[in-house]
Amino acid sequence: MTTVATPGVSGGRNLYVPYRMRIAKVTDEAPGVRTFRLEFIDEEEGRRFSFKAGQFGEYSVYGEGESTFCIASSPTRKGYIECTFRQAGRVTSALADRDEGDIIGFRGPYGNTFPIEQWEGQKLLFIAGGIALPPMRCVIWNCLDLRDKYGDVTIIYGARTVADLVYKHELAEWGTRSDVKLFTTVDPGGQTPEWKGRVGFVPTILEQVAPAAKDTIAIVCGPPIMIKLTMPVLAKLGFTPEQIYTTLENRMKCGVGKCGRCNVGKVYVCKDGPVFTLAQLNQLPPEY
Amino acid sequence: MEALQQKARTLLQSGAVKVVIGYTAGSDAERARALFVRNGEQTQQLIWDDRCRQNLAAYLIKPEVRALGKPALVARTATLRTLLQYAVENQLADEAVLALAVADGQVVELPNFAAIEEYLAKQPRGLTPEQQQELAKMEALPLEERWAFWSAELQRCVKCYACRAACPLCYCDRCIVEVNQPQWIPVASDPLGNLEWNVVRAMHLAGRCVDCGSCADACPEKIRLDLLNRVAAQEVLTHFGAEPGYSTRKDYALAAYKPDDKEEFIR
Amino acid sequence: MSETRILQKASLDGLFAKLTAAGRRIVAPVRQSATALEQCHAERVEFEEVTTAQKIAADYIQTIRPPKGALFPRYEQMLRFKIGGKEVQAEEIKPEAKPTVLFGLHPCDAASFATLKAVFTWDSGDAYFEPKLAHTTVIGLSCTKGDAYCFCTSVGGGPGDTRGSDILLTPLDATKYLAEILTDKGKAVVALAPELFTPANGQAAPALAKIAPRFAADKLSAKLPALFPKGEIWLEQSLRCIGCGACAYVCPTCSCFDIQDERQRYSGVRLRCWDSCGFGLFTLHASGHNPRPKQSERWRQRVMHKFSYQPERLGVLGCVGCGRCSRSCPTDMNLAQHVQSLAEMPA
Repeated sequence: MTTVATPGVSGGRNLYVPYRMRIAKVTDEAPGVRTFRLEFIDEEEGRRFSFKAGQFGEYSVYGEGESTFCIASSPTRKGYIECTFRQAGRVTSALADRDEGDIIGFRGPYGNTFPIEQWEGQKLLFIAGGIALPPMRCVIWNCLDLRDKYGDVTIIYGARTVADLVYKHELAEWGTRSDVKLFTTVDPGGQTPEWKGRVGFVPTILEQVAPAAKDTIAIVCGPPIMIKLTMPVLAKLGFTPEQIYTTLENRMKCGVGKCGRCNVGKVYVCKDGPVFTLAQLNQLPPEY
Repeated sequence: MEALQQKARTLLQSGAVKVVIGYTAGSDAERARALFVRNGEQTQQLIWDDRCRQNLAAYLIKPEVRALGKPALVARTATLRTLLQYAVENQLADEAVLALAVADGQVVELPNFAAIEEYLAKQPRGLTPEQQQELAKMEALPLEERWAFWSAELQRCVKCYACRAACPLCYCDRCIVEVNQPQWIPVASDPLGNLEWNVVRAMHLAGRCVDCGSCADACPEKIRLDLLNRVAAQEVLTHFGAEPGYSTRKDYALAAYKPDDKEEFIR
Repeated sequence: MSETRILQKASLDGLFAKLTAAGRRIVAPVRQSATALEQCHAERVEFEEVTTAQKIAADYIQTIRPPKGALFPRYEQMLRFKIGGKEVQAEEIKPEAKPTVLFGLHPCDAASFATLKAVFTWDSGDAYFEPKLAHTTVIGLSCTKGDAYCFCTSVGGGPGDTRGSDILLTPLDATKYLAEILTDKGKAVVALAPELFTPANGQAAPALAKIAPRFAADKLSAKLPALFPKGEIWLEQSLRCIGCGACAYVCPTCSCFDIQDERQRYSGVRLRCWDSCGFGLFTLHASGHNPRPKQSERWRQRVMHKFSYQPERLGVLGCVGCGRCSRSCPTDMNLAQHVQSLAEMPA
């Protein structure tokens, strides 16, 4: 497995020193889930910054620590980056306490990327569950912003309840686009009387929609249980392990393969991932 | 040794226990290591001598050891005291462990807390003359010198937590150093972090520590943790008359409230 | 490239004086002295800053603490910041990289720096490690004796191995060393006091410690991936492990670290500090999920990382056979014995 070079990490800069970012916009997506739009305080740094879909960063609250999230905005949108996180521990609680105008830190971009150039001409099938839509949102927008390069785009997204769906505005936007087939669902019991989408677990909806596997790339992100039940459905539909992409996450600190924390066997999620094909995942020891 | 090996064989054969946790020869002449004997053949490796210092009760917390089934535990006096302190703290059910005390070439089976209590009542109690001398020396030092001594000792600490891992009474699922909301004790082994960790641990052990010395044995920097905990234990003994691990009476000096406490403020 | 000279032991003070005059800090193994209430420390030798050769314990077998502290300290502040209202000012703390001569490191320790370097410079630089490495010169000391815990010869090293040393000294007799000048840094030291390094005239080969190899590291590395799923092996080997960080912290090649913020109300620092894969918390997610919840899995990680992943990904072994882990382990885990046992398992 080759390590993909990480764009945007310049040679001379001390990689442990974060970029100072101002929170330009706060969006509450779902209970406990927020999105920050971040702008570089140093405009020159912002101009020089670039990244590719799939990469992540270390976002910090000075004085509390750092936390690892994907960059949830598309690299085609300049001038800002976005992250979406759920309040879970010390750092994310401190982040959740920040307001518009506050300063946080960002280190990145780290990790490998979705090889969207290789996908050109193919159909794209995005499958996501719950809080796992953020890592996909980046690559969804990246591909939609280059819409001509891809065939049919299908998005299947579900959450436990209607309230737990993230990026509700964007779901609405994707739903009205004629060049996107969007299927949203909530778990049985998670619907409200007004809910117009489907009801059922994501793997079930996938079976119902039954997209063809030929010339299609499937990108799957979700909680472990959803992944576990989705993969067999994709296999039944005829997807090979090389056609299926997913992301892994692991506890991280440095983000660049030095602190020794995020390895799954000999593979470092921060360097060799977070993007993996199912074929690559199948080679990994069950240590994640 | 023979008697111990024979006893282990008998216990395993009869199915009375599934594992005998004892000691065997270690990497060099001065060391012993823990042995988890599960069949008759392995019993030949059991030893019993001055090398057998590690408090094996610490393994009763380890899930992989618990999964082996009901244990017999080769127990020094300090280990027996640990079991009684576990009883006081509701950590161990009666008869869950078969303690084996070894003395004068004989093995005594102590199947429950009452038996351990009775056995310990017949053992010599208190500090050795060397330990007493050392404590006296410590007490005689002026405070600044005492502070200087402990600062120098604790400066060597690297926060490896070997002391905590080796101590059977450090059994918290989430140790105070592992709490990060808030981070009560700094993670790094800077002087303040070292002081806070070691003092907090000594305070958490005061009135509970059974003076097994495993913490000091475990410490790769050879910090005198045994002395630190012994000083605290002496304070508890002097001021509260409490010596942990000799009875299952719930009489924990630092956390028990009594209406007839001699201190007014707490009544 | 390498030249051999003779260095008299009596010349060391003179050499140190020249080094100090040239602005170098000298760190060497020094026998520790007991304090008012200790008994056992007189046996210990540890690396300390020295200015003369008087206190150097030249015949030591090994220290407890590894020399990695000179390049990768126990804790190291990286950023300092001030917080006030909406404003945050953050400033990089530049690492202190004083030119240092590490004198008297045994070959295992000298070789350990190659592993540290491989980790800290993997695909990206490290602003704290690299300056220190660049400013460090190693004057190694071959081993005339070892103990039951040494196993350098099983991991590609040896009592007279030159890897990692800029100058390697080997005792010829009670009065003098054979000095192999191995690198440009070594030459720069000689240039400070050339009169102290006299020609070597075909001296007889010195007697080095005999450390019989116990296993072949490359064969072990090849075998380990197949042993990964055999949980019963790792469980049995690690039953007595209590999950502390002693082995990682005394190990010269262990480099895993944590990043922590420490703050007061309006100011604080971000630092990195040593961490250990043996701790249960090391891989714990905020969700509560832990990829390595059992000690046996963490033991496996230690062995696999050092003997399989690092060789495969970085081209260096993660172990130099110094034996510190086994000497310090509270439960006598003896890594060499375990690893030898793995090496001897049927494929």
